[in-house]
Amino acid sequence: MWYYEKKLQYPVKVSTCNPMLARYLVEQYGGADGELAAALRYMNQRYTIPDKVVGLLTDIATEEFSHLEMIATMIYKLTKDATPEMLKEAGLGDHYVNHDKALFYENASGVPFTATYIQAKGDPIADLYEDIAAEEKARATYQWIIDLSDDTDLNDSLKFLREREVVHSQRFREAVEILKDDRNQKKIF
Amino acid sequence: MFTQYKYWKPYISPFDPCPPIKVKVYATPPQLYMGFQPPGLPQFPTPQEALRAGTLWPQLFSPYPPPKGGMKSE
Repeated sequence: MWYYEKKLQYPVKVSTCNPMLARYLVEQYGGADGELAAALRYMNQRYTIPDKVVGLLTDIATEEFSHLEMIATMIYKLTKDATPEMLKEAGLGDHYVNHDKALFYENASGVPFTATYIQAKGDPIADLYEDIAAEEKARATYQWIIDLSDDTDLNDSLKFLREREVVHSQRFREAVEILKDDRNQKKIF
Repeated sequence: MFTQYKYWKPYISPFDPCPPIKVKVYATPPQLYMGFQPPGLPQFPTPQEALRAGTLWPQLFSPYPPPKGGMKSE
């Protein structure tokens, strides 16, 4: 079970009215390498991975949900006061027709989220390698969003999220090392 | 010397339609090199700095964007 703290993991401040950025940020919300995909992937892989790394998957999956919450906050702030005309100009006319200003799990091009974005192969190494790849891809996605954004306050939060991908990747790499290690087994020469 | 970004020069054709980007850059952040994190790594002096960086350890910190402008020009 979970306990909820009614605050964000890291503060989110948006200083420019730029709904276009919301459109790009949606990639991290409902995209293939987004926070939702990451959280669901790790949460689900926990059951069939050796117990030594279950806790890690739980912790990281939980943190991904708190990142999802940050991204949602950014998107909401960037769109809540936009007129339909402004949304149209930002390339969000299609979104407005379908969802008004509601958030939706879709990628930057409006493709809805699908479970085919994630995998659970059951092989611990295969699964952890997928997790490492997912973290690196999410890190790269944050880089490209930062490149497109000139909102310094927003970028501050995005740089935090990018660094968390770096740390998660490090932890998954350590998980692989734990599973590779045979120190605790009897060696017969 | 260790750098978190690697630079390379792609081939530029005399018939390229757009002005060339002469140097390209990609990130090689610290987790690629650390292996199992050694115990007792130095930490940021204050919790505020650590929160801002997104990690407790300066050695795991990866700055972005790359130091010298990077991919966008030159």
